[in-house]
Amino acid sequence: MSDKKGRFGIHGGQYIPETLMNAVIELEKAYDHYKDDPDFNRELTELFNEYAGRPSRLYYAKKMTEDLGGAKIYLKREDLNHTGAHKINNVLGQALLAKKMGKTRLIAETGAGQHGVATATAAALMGMECVVFMGEEDTKRQALNVYRMRLLGSEVIPVTTGTATLKDAVSEAMREWTTRIDDTHYCLGSVMGPHPFPIIVRDFQAVISREIKAQLMEKEGRLPDAVIACVGGGSNAIGSFYHFIEDESVQLIGCEAAGRGIDGFETAATINTGRVGIFHGMKSYFCQDEYGQIAPVYSISAGLDYPGIGPEHANLHDTGRAKYVPVTDEEAVCAFEYLAKTEGIIPAIESAHAVAYAQKLAPTMSRDQIIVITISGRGDKDCAAIARYRGEDINE
Amino acid sequence: MSRISEAFKNKKVFIPFITCGDPDLDTTKACVLEMVKNGADIIELGIPFSDPTAEGPVIQNANLRALSGGVTTDKIFDMVRDLRKETEVPLVFMTYANVVFSYGMDRFFGACRDIGMDGLILPDLPFEEKEEFAPKCREYGMDLISLIAPTSKERIATIARDAQGFIYIVSSLGVTGVRSEITTDLGAMVSLVRENTEIPCAIGFGISTPEQAAKMSGISDGAIIGSAIIKILAEHGKEAPEYVGEYVKTITDAIRAA
Repeated sequence: MSDKKGRFGIHGGQYIPETLMNAVIELEKAYDHYKDDPDFNRELTELFNEYAGRPSRLYYAKKMTEDLGGAKIYLKREDLNHTGAHKINNVLGQALLAKKMGKTRLIAETGAGQHGVATATAAALMGMECVVFMGEEDTKRQALNVYRMRLLGSEVIPVTTGTATLKDAVSEAMREWTTRIDDTHYCLGSVMGPHPFPIIVRDFQAVISREIKAQLMEKEGRLPDAVIACVGGGSNAIGSFYHFIEDESVQLIGCEAAGRGIDGFETAATINTGRVGIFHGMKSYFCQDEYGQIAPVYSISAGLDYPGIGPEHANLHDTGRAKYVPVTDEEAVCAFEYLAKTEGIIPAIESAHAVAYAQKLAPTMSRDQIIVITISGRGDKDCAAIARYRGEDINE
Repeated sequence: MSRISEAFKNKKVFIPFITCGDPDLDTTKACVLEMVKNGADIIELGIPFSDPTAEGPVIQNANLRALSGGVTTDKIFDMVRDLRKETEVPLVFMTYANVVFSYGMDRFFGACRDIGMDGLILPDLPFEEKEEFAPKCREYGMDLISLIAPTSKERIATIARDAQGFIYIVSSLGVTGVRSEITTDLGAMVSLVRENTEIPCAIGFGISTPEQAAKMSGISDGAIIGSAIIKILAEHGKEAPEYVGEYVKTITDAIRAA
């Protein structure tokens, strides 16, 4: 999928300060060594199974299927993982790798707080120091997750620069890494940033599609017709897509956060509104103005509120192998409520973007077709915000 | 001989940095002329970027002030065109890869040639990605300045052998900003550079006092100062040119006396 220097088509690369170059080279060498190391993989599998609760269920959503009256719908329940989201897959992999590399300290950025909580969790488990950078705006939107990270022994640093959201948290984590490299691993939370991060994170998240494939084969004896996942940076989506990329019959659909709509400025739909640029270590699509200034983006979902997308997704878009559709706040909130009432499952507002598109797609497909939706996280963290969206003020 | 090479001939150089458009372009232009009047040898002009990941808080804020004041790459080109009527000092742009990439390479470098720019520094463009920009830079007669950091180690030789104009030695880990002391073994880094190239090198990041500037230019071929100047801009705004001039004089005096 990627060639020299971590390129996916024209995307990817290593656009970072010289100060960090040896750190990413060291990381690449370590990863190349450990990724095929039987002991490393045994340890990681044990962490996945015994600690994170893998494999996650592939659940047949019977009521939703009947209600929509089209394709058969399966939900990949990443929300049932320990810490409540797919983020733990990547974090356990990176923390274990960092530990093997002799690092004693993890730093991370977080948007909704799920990656921060996962990193804080892995750090607690493995006895590592942990510092999480989180946009000040997001620390307010996701106060409960800030508390969880601190409870797990991590330091949370509110980032006040720029728009005080996810992109600023990434910038600040990158700045921190240039200050302290020897003992510190930057545990990047999505399939983005400089090579080798997009590959490392994808490989650790690819467990999602590996399981979907095996589970669906067991239940239905066939491949799905469509796999749908939400996309911010794109880690749960690439994890859900990866083992299906070669299977041309499987439609791969990423759902971008359109915020208040892709015709206005209050959106975070990168592929639908952005253009090719260079930022946060990679070439990819970014929301930006005519002079290349990165645009402030907006979504109700703090986890999708990012002006870029991982380089492998950018290439899947360029080649037409995957398609990326915009889903608005309103559609996502309706889907959030729909899944709760229909299946008794409260999805993360991020994942609700994927549910919303499936609601549109399923009725257009026939009953013998199959859709898999990745429920990347659980929605407890979002209840207060959705209540506010509906004009109801509740205390968290 | 290029204007940059000329500047390094038989002397230690001082390279001050300023963010264009902070607080406005008239002030930037007046500051540059004060810098030249007070002995600055090369001027580093920052084109602001929304998310400057290699900068500390001082220069981050300058970028924000400039962008919220409405400065754009085109307006900066116009300012430099005006500036060139009054000075022949070597001018180097410092910005981020996306500012150049998104403007369009030929369009950007073409404009740089037309207004008389001498070089370009992109802190998020390491050796591995250099070939995307370097051929265009050469085609339009500009030097693409390479950076070397305290973590570069065995990379120094490779980077130095391929360098143009001058080499920017990053004095310390971390982002730009004033530091009370610089602990990196810079002498060893400079020796490695000199074993591999004839190109001069200057040290930046963390320098603010005349003593530090004299020491750094003693070790290398020059000193680069950014944040300390931006602090003067932050304090004095449109009144800053006079104070910037005074500050630059204390630095050039110290460098020349050393």
